[in-house]
Amino acid sequence: MASTIRVRAILSGETTEVQVLIQHPMDSGFVKDDKGETIPPHFIQQLTFEHDGRNVFVADWGAAVSKDPYVKFSFKGGNKGDDLKISWVDNKGGTDTTTAKIQ
Amino acid sequence: MTTTDNGVPATRRLILQGAGVVLLTGIGINSFNPVAVFAAANDKYPEDAFKQKGAADAIKSLYGRTAEPSDKVKLDAPEIAENGAVVPVSVSTTLTEVTSISFLASENPNALAAVYQIPPGTLPNVANRLKMAKTCDVIVIVEAGGKLYSATKEVKVTVGGCGG
Repeated sequence: MASTIRVRAILSGETTEVQVLIQHPMDSGFVKDDKGETIPPHFIQQLTFEHDGRNVFVADWGAAVSKDPYVKFSFKGGNKGDDLKISWVDNKGGTDTTTAKIQ
Repeated sequence: MTTTDNGVPATRRLILQGAGVVLLTGIGINSFNPVAVFAAANDKYPEDAFKQKGAADAIKSLYGRTAEPSDKVKLDAPEIAENGAVVPVSVSTTLTEVTSISFLASENPNALAAVYQIPPGTLPNVANRLKMAKTCDVIVIVEAGGKLYSATKEVKVTVGGCGG
């Protein structure tokens, strides 16, 4: 299966700008389907970005983050070609991980 | 990772002490660092804070104290969101020693939407997209140097993000 995580990490000067887009329903548990039945909550709870053995960014998410979530941040200390490891875990125990190279 | 035999209980004691100091007397005690202790305690997913209904309760559950408005926190959100399911919200700040940034929507069923931990070396600028049930205030909390700063902006939602 293709990764659910799409990443772009671009070094500019000494700052690496990271943009990530994840495929995930992010169901809040407040929405009903066509038959009027509540769709149970299903959302990513934690998303971590690891560079050079340490977390550079950790997101704790609730159900109010939009479907197919997007987030952007920047950090210092990255070099071109470095690995950036991204992983998420959702409230049902689902998880995915990918590694991107800083460009 | 190396830990000594008594490393775990010592850490736990420190966390309890730190939490107590923050709750009872606020900040400004230099004998140890309550900010670092609180940040370490926050590594776990803050389940309780996400379950709180109102914004004030969520902030209290997450940080144990209240925030003061600051013009150094710049919150960027649309005046009108045509689609409440996808509201782009971003924040930047000139504050230093930022350790976390949180986003809340005051009228959502659970106000807290996202908490971002900002380790040293990571810039205090975050952009993301949130769902909003209806027109309400978007609140952003920046934790910097052990204090909480906030910015608020009302976003008018024409179609709510909570479906039927």
